[in-house]
Amino acid sequence: MKLVTAIIKPFTLDDVKSSLEQLGVLGMTVSEVQGYGRQKGHTEVYRGAEYSVDFVPKIKVEVVVDDNAVEKVLEAVVEAARTGKIGDGKVWVTPVDTVVRVRTGERGSDAL
Amino acid sequence: MDTGDTAWVLISAALVLLMTPGLAFFYGGMVRSKSVLNMMMMSLGAMAVVGVLWVLFGYSTAFGADVGAGLLGKPFEFFGLSGLLAPESLALPAKIPSTVFVAFQAMFAIITVALISGAIADRARFGPWLLFAGLWATVVYFPVAHWVFDFDGKDEAGNVVDPGGWIANKLLAIDFAGGTAVHINAGAAGLALALVLGKRVGWPKEPMKPHSLPLVVLGAGLLWFGWFGFNAGSALGANATAGVTFINTLVATCAAMLGWMLTERIRDGKATTLGAASGVIAGLVAITPACSSVTPIGAIAIGAITGVLCALAVSLKYRLGFDDSLDVVGVHLVGGLSGTILIGLFASDAAPAKINGLFYGGGVDQLWRQAVGAFAVLAYSFVLSLLLGYLVKFTVGFRASEEAEVASIDEAEHAERAYEYGSLTSARGTGKASVAAGATAVLEGSNKK
Repeated sequence: MKLVTAIIKPFTLDDVKSSLEQLGVLGMTVSEVQGYGRQKGHTEVYRGAEYSVDFVPKIKVEVVVDDNAVEKVLEAVVEAARTGKIGDGKVWVTPVDTVVRVRTGERGSDAL
Repeated sequence: MDTGDTAWVLISAALVLLMTPGLAFFYGGMVRSKSVLNMMMMSLGAMAVVGVLWVLFGYSTAFGADVGAGLLGKPFEFFGLSGLLAPESLALPAKIPSTVFVAFQAMFAIITVALISGAIADRARFGPWLLFAGLWATVVYFPVAHWVFDFDGKDEAGNVVDPGGWIANKLLAIDFAGGTAVHINAGAAGLALALVLGKRVGWPKEPMKPHSLPLVVLGAGLLWFGWFGFNAGSALGANATAGVTFINTLVATCAAMLGWMLTERIRDGKATTLGAASGVIAGLVAITPACSSVTPIGAIAIGAITGVLCALAVSLKYRLGFDDSLDVVGVHLVGGLSGTILIGLFASDAAPAKINGLFYGGGVDQLWRQAVGAFAVLAYSFVLSLLLGYLVKFTVGFRASEEAEVASIDEAEHAERAYEYGSLTSARGTGKASVAAGATAVLEGSNKK
């Protein structure tokens, strides 16, 4: 199994979620996060003063999927989150040793 | 005594009192969510301290018999309002009982002190603030109120029997409701305190945006509402002067809001809610001294000019490097100067004060009188506030610790948070309840009975 972690622009979350649902992904964890990549934040003007905002608000989506579904999931997320402009985000994949469903004690793919 | 006049001034006094809780909302909305209560408590604390001092010796210092040269009233002539409670004691020349005038003027003293607190948001300890509030009211506000608001008492032949303050009677500068005594005074004190306390941690790199603009708008609305009492109530009667000052208070404020929003739109790209609310206050400040001496057209001009001026002035603190957190200087000092000095240009003898300014053929006579009055109050307030501020700083300490400031000054100074959200980890209660030691003693005492 693999953990797919995607950092995306907040307004693309709806599209990312529906593409994953279409692929049959059954669950996900979403968090509001802040950070920056190469874009290094941006500047804002308020009340006659200019501020640099280092940490840009983003959404982090985490899904655990079977090894054979990883490529499709990656493609779907990237497709749905892409606007072509700077700050679209990143997606990465990490291996997962095991998963346990708390209610039944099922392990591995059965627990997804 | 005139019952209509008395009723109007009583209502006006209540309106002006409402401005201070209004200011608490206005300022409270502008700070970050972790320091709302400390901000609001500084306004409430000013009410508590100044209200008591006013009755004890404040009124007497401001409106007692002049000790000489129009600088100060006798502080203990009316100590505890003695001698003012009898129905026949009238405050000349208005036809209202003295106590009604005392009440109306009390609210001015309270709001002036509360205004200063915006310059030291997020970082002042509460006790030292109360100490400063009492000292400042005594040493700065009460005497300046005497200069500006205490008119000579005259007998029926027109002879001066009770000399008043020097700005009102000798200089003859026009300050109808307190452009100098309230706004320049508080603005200069705000500048001094911002310098005494220093910058907030993280300023100016961190934006520190207002945590609740709805609270700011609520506060601005209450202030505007109360300000009709402030200005039209200063007519001290239900009369034509009250009508003119009321309409000028409306229209100058509208023009200032337009001026501020337009300036922001051009300079920053967007008209902000904070800008609209600040424009309201800037307009109210500017028309305060001028509302009896200009026509509604003059009021629109003063409002619009001041709205633009203050919108530009609030960015000065970034260039000059002083953390006047909520723009007491940019709005009250600059707006107060603007309104007070523009009287010299826009005063018209069609208005109740019956004086012509430069633009109405009156020459520069009134203009220099206005400027002298304005800068005298500015200088006196700034120097004395600086001294009092350092006095508090080097005796009891004025500023909260850096840790308290960063964590939450509300928690550190008041043991409360403005917004107590429950959290998932506290759902079942992991702490242990016990009664504080003092309370236990009280409980045991009551059980024994």
